[in-house]
Amino acid sequence: MGAEDRLSLVLFSGTDDKLQSAAVLTVGAAMMGRPVEVFLQYWALDAFRADRILKDHGVAPEAGLEGARAMADQGKPHWSELFGQAKDLGEVRIHACSDSMEMFRITAEDLDPLVDGVWGVASFFLEADGPITFI
Amino acid sequence: MTTTEITRSIDARGMACPGPLMTLIGAIREGSVGDVIEVLSSDEGSKSDIPAWVAKARHELVDVVTEDGYSTFVIRKVR
Repeated sequence: MGAEDRLSLVLFSGTDDKLQSAAVLTVGAAMMGRPVEVFLQYWALDAFRADRILKDHGVAPEAGLEGARAMADQGKPHWSELFGQAKDLGEVRIHACSDSMEMFRITAEDLDPLVDGVWGVASFFLEADGPITFI
Repeated sequence: MTTTEITRSIDARGMACPGPLMTLIGAIREGSVGDVIEVLSSDEGSKSDIPAWVAKARHELVDVVTEDGYSTFVIRKVR
């Protein structure tokens, strides 16, 4: 499997709908044998904090009440569970952006075990040598 | 329906995408070469996803039967 097959995701948004979407993409890529590199910044990083990963992170404004209800009714596993399944299925790595870590004044111990470590942005680009998907 | 003997049957109806395919992948990994696994899925995405994964993973799609509200996929683990 070459680097050209890699899915490189930068997760910025911390709402449950966008994280759910990112988790589904990650699972899909892992199922099809593609390596996945996930880089967490800003509000997505905040959502991966161990003490709040399962809390309600809301949905994007365009969802409205109807959209939020439709999402809840779909009964999908929580996005954190999907990321865990993706890691079991294939080569999926999740790193936290060191700059965002500093902004929140948190350390690696504050993050959920799904996160493999803390990287500077250059380390991410060392691995993410193809197109980037930004969510 | 095929006369192939089914090793394991999975009822994934009601599971949202990508649940049924993930369940199938788990069953294939746990199984032995030659096993025939049947998956029942009501997820529309499975109609394209399961055949796509089976081809990519180089297993054999023995049969697909579309019923009212769900489809049955029969897959043989070949490697």
